[in-house]
Amino acid sequence: MALDKPYADVPGTTIFDAQMARMGYHLNQFCMSLMKEENRKRFLSNQRAYLDEWPMSEEQKLAVLARDYNRMIAAGGNIYFLSKMFATDGKSFQFAAGSMTGMTQEEYAEMMLKGGRSIEGNRYKGEKPNG
Amino acid sequence: MARITAGATMSHVPVVGRAIDTDQTGTDYWKPAFAGFEFSKKWIKDNLPDVIFLVYNDHATAFDMKIIPTFGIGCAEEFPPADEGYGPRPVPTVKGAPDLAWHIAQSVIQDDFDLTIINEMKVDHGLTVPLSLMFGKPKEWPCRVIPFPVNVVLYPPPSGSRCYALGKAIRRAVEKFDEDLNVHVWGTGGMSHQLQGPRAGLINREWDKSFLDRLTSDPDALARIPHIEYVREAGSEGIEMVMWLIMRGALGDKVEEIHRHYHVPASNTALGHIILEAR
Repeated sequence: MALDKPYADVPGTTIFDAQMARMGYHLNQFCMSLMKEENRKRFLSNQRAYLDEWPMSEEQKLAVLARDYNRMIAAGGNIYFLSKMFATDGKSFQFAAGSMTGMTQEEYAEMMLKGGRSIEGNRYKGEKPNG
Repeated sequence: MARITAGATMSHVPVVGRAIDTDQTGTDYWKPAFAGFEFSKKWIKDNLPDVIFLVYNDHATAFDMKIIPTFGIGCAEEFPPADEGYGPRPVPTVKGAPDLAWHIAQSVIQDDFDLTIINEMKVDHGLTVPLSLMFGKPKEWPCRVIPFPVNVVLYPPPSGSRCYALGKAIRRAVEKFDEDLNVHVWGTGGMSHQLQGPRAGLINREWDKSFLDRLTSDPDALARIPHIEYVREAGSEGIEMVMWLIMRGALGDKVEEIHRHYHVPASNTALGHIILEAR
């Protein structure tokens, strides 16, 4: 019997559940390796070669090379693990979060200053987003 | 006899730690976020506990995908700050309270809560930012700390009701400890925030306010909130507020709200802070 996933109808959201965790195992462990300075250096000097040391899917590797965080999450990445990736690039959490929304970094920062994204229209898929 | 006298909750946003470490707390952006902790810093000075039982979550630092404990208890003598990719935070090593920690572990496991016992662990911003918010930048932390990491990274975290019941078990355990110790329980993280996907940046002020209200007035109902409501109303990362219910359960039935602070934004997050005293 399939697991109950009541969160499947939350818009713009991927829940890091058992299925995603299994899919993303090596992607997330690759991110963990970037907590060591020597690995960050090696990765940045030849990204493709470093990625090829990990049993990751081609899609996961391409998503990393493109720094496409939505794509990494769709491939099983978790944001707290991916944070090692953007830390390696010298980017902030706000930069990474903003990059997933289709807004510019400035637009995203401005939205947060104004109180964040409204919950209205953002509870269920198919509602009209409202902020 | 040891006793739990007070609880506090606060955000643990990493850039809040960086603002403290780099003396940016007085900037236009950060000033209103930190203003709400002036009272708290004085309060904790006047009500300094011997031990803080600090409920937090590790952010893929001590635990990666290899081992994911739902509830862990730090029983070591000390816990060094972790290097999370930017170098370790310039904060003191956290001194543990191993006698009390082992006592709580033995007691709550026999009370049906299967904790993972941790004797070696580095602690990340989830634990050290709350300490910095309350104590500023001391040379040494002024009291001992029992780190209590809860998994809220991999879905599902423990349920709110499980956390609330665990808090009650922790209270029973502390009350059975012979040494005369004043213990605070902190719940950290939150409030509403979502760090991923096209819905990133979600904030729900009304829901957060209601959560803060009900911590004092109706914790039993609060504990029954299902995971899906946290995800839908408070964002995918807002679910970490289940940790606050361990704090609330540990305070007993009657509490008095001493202080409250709520500010948006702290980076991507609604920063919520409350102090409750057990009555």
